[in-house]
Amino acid sequence: MFPNDDIRLTSRRAIARWAVLAVGITMLTGAVSGERQTITVASTTSTENSGLFAYLLPLFTAETGIDVRVVAVGTGQAIRVAANGDADVLFVHHPPSEQKFVADGLGLERHAVMHNDFVLVGAAGDAAGIRGMIDAAAALRLISAGEHEFVSRGDDSGTHKKELALWETAAIDPRPASGSWYRESGSGMGATLNTASGMDAYTLADRATWARFGNKGNLEILVEGDARLHNPYGVIVVNPERHPHVHVAEAQAFVAWLMSERGQKEIAAYSVDDRQLFFPDALPDAAGEK
Amino acid sequence: MANGARPAEKREHPELAAANDHPLLPLVARQLRFGINGRRIIRNISFWIGSSGRTIILGPNGAGKTVLLRLCHGLIQPTSGQLSWGDLSVAEARAHQAMVPQRPVLLRRSVAGNVQHVLSVKRIPRKQRPELVAAALEQAGLTDLASRPARTLSGGQQQRLAIARACVLRPAVLLLDEPTTNLDPAAVRDVEEMILAVGAAGTKILMTTHDIAQARRLASDVMFLNDRRLLEHASAAEFFSSPKDPVAARFLDGELLG
Amino acid sequence: MNEFSSAIGAALSMIVTLDPGLVEIVLLSLRISLSAVIIASVFALPLGALIALQPFPGRRGVIVLLNALMGLPPVVVGLMVYLLLSRAGPLGPLGLLFTPTAMVIAQSIIVFPIIAALSRQTIADLHEEYDEHLRSIGCTPLQSVVTLIRDGRYRLLTGIMAGFGRAIAEVGAVLIVGGNIQHSTRVMTTTIALETSKGNLALALGLGLILVVLALGVNGTALVISDAAQRRYG
Repeated sequence: MFPNDDIRLTSRRAIARWAVLAVGITMLTGAVSGERQTITVASTTSTENSGLFAYLLPLFTAETGIDVRVVAVGTGQAIRVAANGDADVLFVHHPPSEQKFVADGLGLERHAVMHNDFVLVGAAGDAAGIRGMIDAAAALRLISAGEHEFVSRGDDSGTHKKELALWETAAIDPRPASGSWYRESGSGMGATLNTASGMDAYTLADRATWARFGNKGNLEILVEGDARLHNPYGVIVVNPERHPHVHVAEAQAFVAWLMSERGQKEIAAYSVDDRQLFFPDALPDAAGEK
Repeated sequence: MANGARPAEKREHPELAAANDHPLLPLVARQLRFGINGRRIIRNISFWIGSSGRTIILGPNGAGKTVLLRLCHGLIQPTSGQLSWGDLSVAEARAHQAMVPQRPVLLRRSVAGNVQHVLSVKRIPRKQRPELVAAALEQAGLTDLASRPARTLSGGQQQRLAIARACVLRPAVLLLDEPTTNLDPAAVRDVEEMILAVGAAGTKILMTTHDIAQARRLASDVMFLNDRRLLEHASAAEFFSSPKDPVAARFLDGELLG
Repeated sequence: MNEFSSAIGAALSMIVTLDPGLVEIVLLSLRISLSAVIIASVFALPLGALIALQPFPGRRGVIVLLNALMGLPPVVVGLMVYLLLSRAGPLGPLGLLFTPTAMVIAQSIIVFPIIAALSRQTIADLHEEYDEHLRSIGCTPLQSVVTLIRDGRYRLLTGIMAGFGRAIAEVGAVLIVGGNIQHSTRVMTTTIALETSKGNLALALGLGLILVVLALGVNGTALVISDAAQRRYG
């Protein structure tokens, strides 16, 4: 073999190439580092966007040393994530789906953690005249009768399912009107609120997301207090028999903490604009309504 | 070689030895034909080049001069016929040759860098390169421009660089294709001077041109090509005073052949 | 219009105070996109050179395919990587979903065709120009490749920067495979998406301005480099 410069040059280049590759991989592994205990929680956007998790989770981590990684997507998607075993804990707000999750053997047990409510919001002008009503179904009937613009989540989320249930109670099927006054945004609560705000339209929102929402525009709460607007949250540990890799001990610790007196008190303590957003369900005397 | 390559140099640079003994000559072509897609571009050319001087391939545009040169250098293969340089095949001979095409391709590097690239490709040890590069640039009169980007040079300077680059390792044969087309007279003179110097140092020159005056200035012998055929091959003196071929005579009289 | 001025104000105050939240997501964005570009280049540059220089049956079809893949929608790539990396998918046991690694993988895939197609074009153009000269002086194939890459290095770098620009600005894929987890997989673009969904439009826009400045910086650098190359080498 010739001790020629070009073969050495090429070897140098090849070495440089692989050195760079090694660096790249090192950067990656740096990113995946961490021997800390962690759990992944699949949850809805309302718990994230309301700021509850930003308040609550650091308290849990400080007490237990367990990092909580939250994947905040719509209820339907969160359930699929947990069902696939990509999360350790499911924390959503649609009891029928949650019960099915447990019944299907995907989760261990549903714990009722907290609740709040949904509200109907709309433009201050309130063209449909629903302000102050308590009966949400009747309000929807007025909106539909006047063909006033209404933005739906349209994304199979807990909020969406609640909205559809209300339409059913009102004995109205809004879907034929989809595209005219009934707008299915197919997106999360925040994006839906942005759309409603931009159109001065009506929409159904959970109170927590609404409270922290920064683009209310002309929108205000118009209808609240209907018992049917009740919004209960449940937390479930993913079944380790289905997904052996689940961090069971840490997940159980998380659920236990949420249901403990400390956890429930902190849930109640979280407020926005001096208003409590979530009401604990496990300890009746831990302040707030039941 | 007349201009004094010392014996020590010969041992260090075997390429120089080649120039001394001209192992590439005679260049012999027998019934050479070249065609593409049925079109005949070279029609049955045979010749014998033995002299180590400057052979000029002269003819009007479209005669096939460039193609003939490229066949000799081995860039293209003849459709039929034989071509050989001394005892070597065309492919073997190419290592001892250098070619300067009509539009030389300069690398996106400095003037010196272009010369260094050739040395690196030919695997000349690094220690020997600076001296060879300096000598080549001096020969081309480009020493002051050594670190300039090669592609910013004028046409004449680029041509001289291409020749210097081609000659840095003293090839046995230098082939040039219309090296001074589109150059101004001063540049033409500089390039011709360089060609004469290279030839005087012992390199065989094989060059194409359509410029009769240039052929007169440079040729030792002339091969006259027209319409894809070799019509005459004679010493310069004979060709320019009394060409045997009537078409050649008309060409020398200034007629436009077509 | 009010939003725009508050956006600029928000952006400036974050930059001036070196807001730690901002620093964190900017660094993560850079780390992920740079890693993706480096990894993609390691494979795409040689492949582009190979396709440019080595004829093989069906080469033209491969070139068309490569160029077409430059337009591959990032969200589709994200979805495919998600399905691969989910515990329910074939690579589930690796546990890579919702990690920065998954984001690097997705962005590498998105960026790979861009770098490969642009390097192929650069090398092919240079090859056409240099081939006869290199053959004439007796270059081996290896020496040819080295010469072409060396002389084409500025244009190749521009192609790589184009890939980086695509990666740093991408949101669909990293959102799906990363999960937008705070302190872990939240980057500039996913933060913008999140703040928008919270209705914090001024903040989102401010972050967007910072991202645009970052992308401008990268592309500006590429322009300056290739201009310098033009001037120096013609």
